Amino acid sequence: MSVEAWTYLVVGLSFALYIYIGYASRVRDTKGFYVAGRGVPPVANGAATAADWMSAASFISMAGMISALGYDGAIYLMGWTGGYVLLALLLAPYLRKYRKFTVPDFVGDRYASTTARTLAALATIFISLVYVAGQMRGVGIVFSRYLGIDIAQGVLLGVAVVAFFAILGGMKGVTWTQAAQYAVLIIAYLIPGFALAYLITGNPIPQLAFALSDISERINQIQVELGFGEYTAPFRDKQMIDVLAITGALMVGTAGLPHVIIRFYTTPDVRSARYSAFWALLFIGLLYTTAPALAMFARYNLISTLNGKPIEQVRQIEWVAKWEQTGLLKIVDKNGDGVVQFAKGKAFKEKGGKPDFGTPDMSNANEVHLDNDIIVLSTPEVARLAPFVIALLAAGGLAAALSTASGLLIAMSSAVAHDLYYRVFNPRAPERLRLLVGRLAMVPALFAAAYLGINPPGFVAQVVAFAFGLAASGLFPAILLGIFDRRMNAQGAIAGMIVGLGFTTTMIALMRAPQLFGVPEPYLKDFFGISAEGIGIVGMFLNLITALIVSRLTPPPPAHIQEIVDSIRVPRGAGEALDE
Amino acid sequence: MRQRADVRQYWRANVRLIATLLAVWFIVAYGLSILLAPQLNQFRLGSVPLGFWFAQQGSIYVFIILIWVYARRMDALDRQYDVHE
Repeated sequence: MSVEAWTYLVVGLSFALYIYIGYASRVRDTKGFYVAGRGVPPVANGAATAADWMSAASFISMAGMISALGYDGAIYLMGWTGGYVLLALLLAPYLRKYRKFTVPDFVGDRYASTTARTLAALATIFISLVYVAGQMRGVGIVFSRYLGIDIAQGVLLGVAVVAFFAILGGMKGVTWTQAAQYAVLIIAYLIPGFALAYLITGNPIPQLAFALSDISERINQIQVELGFGEYTAPFRDKQMIDVLAITGALMVGTAGLPHVIIRFYTTPDVRSARYSAFWALLFIGLLYTTAPALAMFARYNLISTLNGKPIEQVRQIEWVAKWEQTGLLKIVDKNGDGVVQFAKGKAFKEKGGKPDFGTPDMSNANEVHLDNDIIVLSTPEVARLAPFVIALLAAGGLAAALSTASGLLIAMSSAVAHDLYYRVFNPRAPERLRLLVGRLAMVPALFAAAYLGINPPGFVAQVVAFAFGLAASGLFPAILLGIFDRRMNAQGAIAGMIVGLGFTTTMIALMRAPQLFGVPEPYLKDFFGISAEGIGIVGMFLNLITALIVSRLTPPPPAHIQEIVDSIRVPRGAGEALDE
Repeated sequence: MRQRADVRQYWRANVRLIATLLAVWFIVAYGLSILLAPQLNQFRLGSVPLGFWFAQQGSIYVFIILIWVYARRMDALDRQYDVHE
């Protein structure tokens, strides 16, 4: 059977599974629709959270980003896992105890403020919208790469599948399909990972091969010879202060992302919320400790296979020929010596954020363009695995994208239907109407996702910095103080959010001006060495300081609010039927 | 019936536990993996430089263990103060 036939089969079967699960877990009430009836056991919720969290980018691009950065790639590895410690210790158990449906619910009630609720709802919608665009694009790219389907058709097919189980099953449908999607994506990631580790190092366990094999020494040696600098040396491309800030911003941002937080509302009690976080990070860690090994082995293999070899000879290699056609790999003989030469710098000039294969960049000697995605996507072929594994990789990429997209849709529709419509505009809406509005709110969100997937604004990658920045500087401190500081009041929290969000948005806009406004140079290069990706951590501290000062200068919150704080600090009573 | 003072003690014990675990989190993530990475890279774990290993592997293992320890310790604490479900 050909790769394409296998891909149709495996992707078709996985989609049929998701649709079946979605149909089997359809819901009839808002509790089922928003929090899966609070009946999800910790292990299942851990798997669902892992799939919810690991996006198309984590699955397809992250190993490639790390392999280009070397040590500095740790910003993503630690940034996107360390946040779960904050989530598990500081937020999840207490938000679960509060027994509400959304993040803006807590912020709005704790500060008894429609302004705070609306601000949190708008931040939720914006963050999720930015994020979902990338997921839908990922779906389209996987379809076009593996099946030759037009990107737009691929996006629409993905949207249709998500629409089915999200509208019918709400959070319950999403939860159980996510758990299945985790199984698909982790198997698809680990099989090629094990195979490549075995091929390159002789040890099949990537995590062990990472530490025990001599690949790190060999890649350091090659990298130094070619002028890249040691792979394992810290701060090659980023300053230490920036590595600290980005890691911090991604951690705190992760902990503040609404679509991740609401997953912890679905457990039966506080204790299960804590164990869910453990299972989630264990499941995420399986992929996140494999990725850096894959990154190092694949980079070593690519450089040692290609560098210094005659171009005609390497083009005989099957995977080189295949991936050169797709543009993920491109060799250009700049000096006309007929030999492949790796060096520091970009092989081609860029146009609109993409390499322009017509115009080699003659300012450096590098003759090889490597797209980040090639590290993961080329692994089955490099390791000479069966066509079945290539098909599985396509299904895994789709699972990663669809699971994250469906989690984001729930977060968006609940912010619109529950927080804005029910809590702000029509508090007397009956249950049936609320459920209907919840389902209807999915529709514009799906249309927006499809539109952004088909016509991605050129700055999608740039605005993801916004998503983490806003979650870190706006939502995280407001929730944290709401739990740990009884004295925190609405004035303090709102002032903090305005300062944190205002500072972060302004800084990112100034530093990312070329991508956002099309000006030739950014208005600000960095903020004391901290780049746009890391600025959210500064915004978070400004939010905390402002909130603490303003709250101490204004009256304490009323007694019934302080009672809310007392009650969320104690686990007992989380299972009681007080849901609304 | 739970006493207010008990609940306050429970909360204080919880905050102490969180502070201890987050101190470990901070030392591993920011200390060993970033601030001290250049120095630790002089040592090796197997054949890989130690600072690099902490940044790309060890820190993640520690994060997973920290959450597990928290969940286990809170089970005991919840029971000790009779606030479990």
